Amino acid sequence: MSLIAAEGVRVSYGETKVLDGVDVAVEPGEIVTLVGPNGSGKSTLVKVLLGVVKPDAGRVTRTAGLRLGYVPQKLHIDASLPMTVARFLALPLRPAAERIAAVVETTGIAGLEGRQMVALSGGQFQRVLLARALLADPALLILDEPTQGLDQPGEAAFYALLARVREETGAGVFMVSHDLHVVMSASDRVVCLNHHICCAGTPQVVRDAPEYRALFGHGTHGALALYRHDHDHDHDAEHLHDSHIHGAHEREDHGHA
Amino acid sequence: MLDDFLLRAVLAGVGLAIAAGPLGSFVVWRRMAYFGDATAHAAVLGVALALILSVPVTLGTLVIALTMAGAVSWLSTRGHAMDATLGVLSHAALALGLVAISFVPGVRVDLSAFLFGDILAVTLSDLWVIWGGAGLVAALLAWRWSRLLTATLSRELAAASGIDADREGLVLTLALAVVVAVALKVVGALLIAAMLIIPAAAARGLARSPEAMALGAVAIGAAASLGGLAASWWADTPAGPSIVTAAAAIFVLVALFGKVSRRA
Repeated sequence: MSLIAAEGVRVSYGETKVLDGVDVAVEPGEIVTLVGPNGSGKSTLVKVLLGVVKPDAGRVTRTAGLRLGYVPQKLHIDASLPMTVARFLALPLRPAAERIAAVVETTGIAGLEGRQMVALSGGQFQRVLLARALLADPALLILDEPTQGLDQPGEAAFYALLARVREETGAGVFMVSHDLHVVMSASDRVVCLNHHICCAGTPQVVRDAPEYRALFGHGTHGALALYRHDHDHDHDAEHLHDSHIHGAHEREDHGHA
Repeated sequence: MLDDFLLRAVLAGVGLAIAAGPLGSFVVWRRMAYFGDATAHAAVLGVALALILSVPVTLGTLVIALTMAGAVSWLSTRGHAMDATLGVLSHAALALGLVAISFVPGVRVDLSAFLFGDILAVTLSDLWVIWGGAGLVAALLAWRWSRLLTATLSRELAAASGIDADREGLVLTLALAVVVAVALKVVGALLIAAMLIIPAAAARGLARSPEAMALGAVAIGAAASLGGLAASWWADTPAGPSIVTAAAAIFVLVALFGKVSRRA
């Protein structure tokens, strides 16, 4: 049974149809990535899955007692609200100290616990958001453009971390991404959204779909092929990190050729 | 011992601070300052209606403050331009209240007591109401603290944790109405919002966590009550405004000398 499934979801803001008959589901242990142009309804779909936006039609079903971890695109913390990393991680649950220590280790944010959230760098902030989501012990992780604002090595490291988390916890992952290159290497299934589902399937299938090409053009084809590398080797963070930088060079070479 | 009016005044001020500290922190974090003002101003209308209908003043203010707070939060969820709407509601409620009070038959009403408070005339039964209301609000906020805090950070983060941000917003609305009703006697309708915002804003400069800020706001609110009452006693200044002035003085001191701790 799917962890979460949206069926025939329709959302309109006034006259504008944002989502029109959208079906999407995430199975346990699966990484599903949602791609689509700006303003295609990606964030709205995430809000529907979270239950923040009620669909005008259609429904969202979850497995009973589904534990959700959510990593937002960005989180604005008002300057008037003092918040240390440690306090943020323990919100709203108060996980055991050993559990926090373990997740802090996994996400590579050890030593930041006493820092103020507003004083973190972009990469540190995203890792803290992921750490907090993981502390909910989620069966499903929902991430909305989690690497926005990260440089390319930081982005690669983030996805490597995510892949490791999936392997270790078996959590399903539903992720919005605008980064087509990494998407193709990190996903089991890609769903392409432009108010309705244009196409969906394995990265290969979506890449070759005419609907996808119509939205994103042919230009990225070669890059995508190169980026579909080292999906199933051992997930040592440093190693992956390096190989992604390597991948970036390959892409440049390809572009010049 | 409790028939000493100064002791009763101190207890009233400290009681209010216990509720106003944590609630005021949320008002600051969620940028609800004007929201607090509108609700507090509506209290004057509540006083007028209570006097006209011969029901207890606290009951009248509670009902009207609740109505106003509910109306404002309903409007805000419907996406109205809040700044102007709150301005209209806030001042209309105040003006309407003042007009309505002029229609109260018989007894001459001491307006300034409702506008600026009458903390030196707090009775034992007033104290029960203040501590009862403040205790209720403090307990409510403590109970839902983590939920309120998560909902304040982000609706989506809250939803992912199974928290309904709208329900938590309602909790704050309710708490605000209760604080307005019990604070009326202490600092008056015009300065209630000040007692919510100034101690919390002052505590921000000294705090590294939300809990520290809320507790700091309680301490600063209580200290301002003592300081204001002392000033009122020695210099014969009006008590309510003196308390708010003391709070503002603490805010300035923290802003000048507390900067160090703002660094991460």
